[in-house]
Amino acid sequence: MTFLTTDAGVGTIVEPFTVTDPSGQAWELVVGLEVHCELATATKIFCGCANEFGSEPNTNVCPVCLGLPGSLPVLNRQVVELAMRLGRALRCRVEPSVFHRKNYFYPDMPKDYQVSQYDRPINVDGELELPDGSVVGIERAHLEEDTGKSTHVGGGGRIHDALHSLVDYNRAGVPLVEIVGRPHIRTPEQARAYVQELRAVLLATGASDAKMEEGSMRVDANVSMRRAGTDELGTRCEIKNLNSTRSLVRAIEYEARRQVDLLSAGERIVQQTRHWDEAEGRTHTLRSKEEADDYRYFPEPDLVPLEPAAEWVAAVDAALPPLPAARRRALSDRTGAEQATAALVVERDLDALVLTAVDAGGDPDRLLTRAANDLAAADVGALTAPAFAAVSRMEADGALTATQAKVVLAELVAGGGDPQAIAAARGFEAMGEDELAAAVDAAVASDPAAWQRFVDGDPKVAGLFVGKVMKATSGKADGKAVNALLRQRAAG
Amino acid sequence: MRIRTSERGRAGHLYDAFVAERITREDVAHVADLARLSLSEEELDLFTVQLAAVLDHAEDVESLDTEGVPPTAHPLPLVNVLREDVVRPSLDRAEVLAAAPAVEDDRFRVPPALGEEQ
Ligand SMILES: [Zn+2]
Repeated sequence: MTFLTTDAGVGTIVEPFTVTDPSGQAWELVVGLEVHCELATATKIFCGCANEFGSEPNTNVCPVCLGLPGSLPVLNRQVVELAMRLGRALRCRVEPSVFHRKNYFYPDMPKDYQVSQYDRPINVDGELELPDGSVVGIERAHLEEDTGKSTHVGGGGRIHDALHSLVDYNRAGVPLVEIVGRPHIRTPEQARAYVQELRAVLLATGASDAKMEEGSMRVDANVSMRRAGTDELGTRCEIKNLNSTRSLVRAIEYEARRQVDLLSAGERIVQQTRHWDEAEGRTHTLRSKEEADDYRYFPEPDLVPLEPAAEWVAAVDAALPPLPAARRRALSDRTGAEQATAALVVERDLDALVLTAVDAGGDPDRLLTRAANDLAAADVGALTAPAFAAVSRMEADGALTATQAKVVLAELVAGGGDPQAIAAARGFEAMGEDELAAAVDAAVASDPAAWQRFVDGDPKVAGLFVGKVMKATSGKADGKAVNALLRQRAAG
Repeated sequence: MRIRTSERGRAGHLYDAFVAERITREDVAHVADLARLSLSEEELDLFTVQLAAVLDHAEDVESLDTEGVPPTAHPLPLVNVLREDVVRPSLDRAEVLAAAPAVEDDRFRVPPALGEEQ
């Protein structure tokens, strides 16, 4: 894909990642991502073969996906449904679209062409809002078919040295959407956030299971550098073989430095596809004359145009689930959660639990803290919103220390029950102020030499006394309150 | 395909006068290369003349007034031909692989291709 615009996305401005060359010239990063996702359908895009990962090789194949003469493709309705769900979630327009044949001769496509949408894609002109408030434009999200899977034999599995290849066509014809992002990404971390956010949208809409490790979500990065502070668009390289968000971040950083080395030496960047090698931590070019981008696209005569009715698009809109950006905003609006906390809680799918617990009278700050730090993602076991609310209130009222609250929560997750009863059974009843003061005084009296050091200003000794108080009270004391009392005693 | 457009010329069959305007011999060689066709010198000449005639016909069509005629993506007046997402039986693997030129590990064995991953 060629990027036609360099206009920045709207929303929060992200400070660009820069590399300064030896002459002192700073170069800033421009990244656009292309993400391929397999759609979570029962069958392939143009035939009734199962869309299934991990089947025995060449068992999900038929005359259509093997490209046997006389076979005819018919588009899967659910492919259109899922593509539109994703498109609308990305705030795209759904437009009339046409399939083309992309002609090439690799054995991974038995037909010698791949059916894809070319100049008239189904979804156009959308955007994705990231947790930091930045917005990345989406040029298009179009449909195409996946290719078969080749295994290279000989030459240590490396394609250039392979003696021959073995092809499994189970994946040929699996439905894909290719989401072409605009070059609005300015840092490696923002690229990671974009992929994670896109994944959350794919999962929320049910469009894809979006597993990078199984290849159902594949990310290519277009990386270029430009003189800092300018709008120029440098020559880009496309980085492939990024199998994790960690690889994505490392590859972009590596590629940025490689390009600045060349630019600062007065050399030109050659537009090319480069392969990320995770083990070596570098990109290298694919030695290839096959790469000529001359695919001779032409309209696929065996498929008629796709024009989803306005009613269908409206039904898709009506059925869209709350999306991560809207959920983060709702959580912040209702609880005052900071951006980062809201992002974490929504990512863990705990926002609904927190909001229900707030409705049940829970303490918002305590609920957010526990959800962000102490509950596992989306798996809260037997913990109910009212019980979560009760624990947060007990913690806010001082009836439970932070440590005790975590213990009670863990027990509620494991087996449910009544928070008050659990706290009582564990001996977590609130300590009276007098009882706590007496415990602190006893601890101070037990080691006059250490106490003198504390009074003389050695803060490290505080831990010793807190430990003594905790031991004497079987952990019931609140560490913060003990520290406060110790400082009070030392001052007075 | 790098095809030169030009003013519609008078139809003719002399290579130099006519063909060079429509499509060059190099264009034909390039397209043949992309299609993995190896053409002889005589075939290149022949197909260049023939393809030029096809392009000439396309220019005839192009000269029609299509103002107000919506573009057509398909000759059939049909859109949205869809099937339900229901699994149907696939082919028997033994039958499929019997048609392969070579087989190894239940996969199609093919010569190595450069420049493509996965
Ligand atoms: Zn099939």
